Amino acid sequence: MSWPTIDRNQSPVVSDAPAVLNDAVREKIRSFFDRYDTKRAVLLPALHVVQDALGYVSWKAMMEIAELLGIHPSSVFDTLSFYTHFWTHPKGKKVVVSCRNLSCTIMGGAKVLDAIKEELGIGEHQTTEDGRYSLVTEECLAACDHAPCLLINEKLHKCVNPADVPALLADENNDRLDMPRSDLFDAPGRSESSEPIAAGGGNGKKD
Amino acid sequence: MAIADFKPVLLQNAGIDGGCTLDVYRSRGGYEGLAKTLKMSTDEVVEEVAKANLRGRGGAGFPAGVKWGFLPKDRTQTLLCVNADESEPPTFCNRVLMEEDPHQLIEGTIIAGYATKAQIAYIYIRVEFHEQFHILQKALDEAYAAGLLGKNILGSGYDLECYIHRGAGAYVCGEETGLIESIEGKRGYPRIKPPFPAVEGLFHQPTVVNNVETLSCLPHIMTRGADWFLGVGPEGSNGPKLFCISGPVNRPGCYESTMELTVRELIEDPRFGGGMRDGKKIKAVLPGGISMGILTADELDMKLDFADPRNYGLLGLGTAAAVVVDEDTDIRLVLANMARFYSHESCGQCTQCREGTAWMHKMASRLALGAGRMEDLDLLFNVPDTMGMMPGLSICGLSDGAAFAIKTTVKKFRNELEERIREQDDGVVQNVLAVLN
Repeated sequence: MSWPTIDRNQSPVVSDAPAVLNDAVREKIRSFFDRYDTKRAVLLPALHVVQDALGYVSWKAMMEIAELLGIHPSSVFDTLSFYTHFWTHPKGKKVVVSCRNLSCTIMGGAKVLDAIKEELGIGEHQTTEDGRYSLVTEECLAACDHAPCLLINEKLHKCVNPADVPALLADENNDRLDMPRSDLFDAPGRSESSEPIAAGGGNGKKD
Repeated sequence: MAIADFKPVLLQNAGIDGGCTLDVYRSRGGYEGLAKTLKMSTDEVVEEVAKANLRGRGGAGFPAGVKWGFLPKDRTQTLLCVNADESEPPTFCNRVLMEEDPHQLIEGTIIAGYATKAQIAYIYIRVEFHEQFHILQKALDEAYAAGLLGKNILGSGYDLECYIHRGAGAYVCGEETGLIESIEGKRGYPRIKPPFPAVEGLFHQPTVVNNVETLSCLPHIMTRGADWFLGVGPEGSNGPKLFCISGPVNRPGCYESTMELTVRELIEDPRFGGGMRDGKKIKAVLPGGISMGILTADELDMKLDFADPRNYGLLGLGTAAAVVVDEDTDIRLVLANMARFYSHESCGQCTQCREGTAWMHKMASRLALGAGRMEDLDLLFNVPDTMGMMPGLSICGLSDGAAFAIKTTVKKFRNELEERIREQDDGVVQNVLAVLN
């Protein structure tokens, strides 16, 4: 029997690789500093901004965040790994978050999830080959009055019918909010471009 | 005051055109409570809120005025955290408050900040609330521009900064010390208490954590007075309250009433749930968020106040969010769904919670897959007794919630569960075991 091994002597980060966080992203992270007593408290905002900029939080990005906040890189990963929202590997341009909790389950959420899986040809925590979609399930989205519900990036879809899933996923604008957005936790310059700066999806390459 | 005479207070601006904007909010009497507050001394404000007996709406029901009273008198800095990490299934009243009336929350936050002498307020909002975040941030920007936040609020000399801090997907960050750890940029591990946050909280400073709905009550207490608040609903459970109803009812949603409401009224009344969809029968109701426990169809006369749930073996009122389980839903599925939730959301600090919820998940899943064992029912009933906070074993209340959800379900639906186990098909059992082993 054999299994893939990780070479612990090999650092996951190539130290002389070019920086992944550009000046604008760094400046944005620094802009949170005077909100908190400690720099470490900027970690969650920083991770939100970086994930929006890069599509996910790579090892290299974690190292650079650590340097920026003056904390150990392991502290960054320690915190990041606790929260389900952050990705350490490339995800699709759109993330479908399907609710699996009680109200949605009673109202037929499992059938919606099955329909998404069938339509996209992927399972949970997987990304389509073209990098368009990733699929995850999440505990209660606090929209039980609209069960079964799901999120596509920022957009909440209410009372989803399994039969409507193909049309829903084919819709280009299914992740757009038709309301004024705050760019507080966005990557710098995100609002000018219509898509995340680098979705990171599809090519499967890290750093 | 009877329920029939009750007019919505917290939701008075819901559904109104432009209700989220400062202009409309002000035109409907908004920020008058704040103006009144700023003319009072901080002690007078705390006294007024304590007199109103405003019990925390986040689930524990602890009086907000008393909580503020725990702050050390000689403190130099106070921090206020607004708990908008609403994650208790199936609760969504904070979401409704934030999307329908963000300025009400902001006004409440400023009043609480003034009463506790806070200089900074952090609104901890769960990341899945995207639209609500944008609405709230826009409202905050408006409030800053109008001099309601920042330096010298309304010329009173009181300064308050208010920042939104977005979470990242963790149920346990709704626990007040977990929330504090999360703001500090750490894993959302609840802290051992004491010290309580009022003494040593965020950044080691005296900290107050209040729920969105609790804070949304403050503007009304300040404008109408504590006596008005005391007069709404029954004694001990006074004040307007939001109730959520979801599941196969005709009108799932968030409704406001006094705490004289019964579970049956919440489901059947045309002003609330509007009855069951397609005339289906009720099998069970989880009336206070799933963590408080379950009711059978015979127990629907339970009052949704702070006292009555105890009489039905429940942990408490919780978030007053009910989900109805209809006759077609297998109770094993409900049990497994709840067990998975707690197993997934247990932060893992306390061994008995981490392991206890994980084993409950395994047993309940096996049951739901059609390969349950009779002896597991005894285990599921007993395991919770060994992992809760009440026996003094856990750091936070998550395991209590898990315990009451699982225990009351096994206790009250034992007959059905036993029947399902007896009906199990041998072939299915073998198949499930082949996969599990």
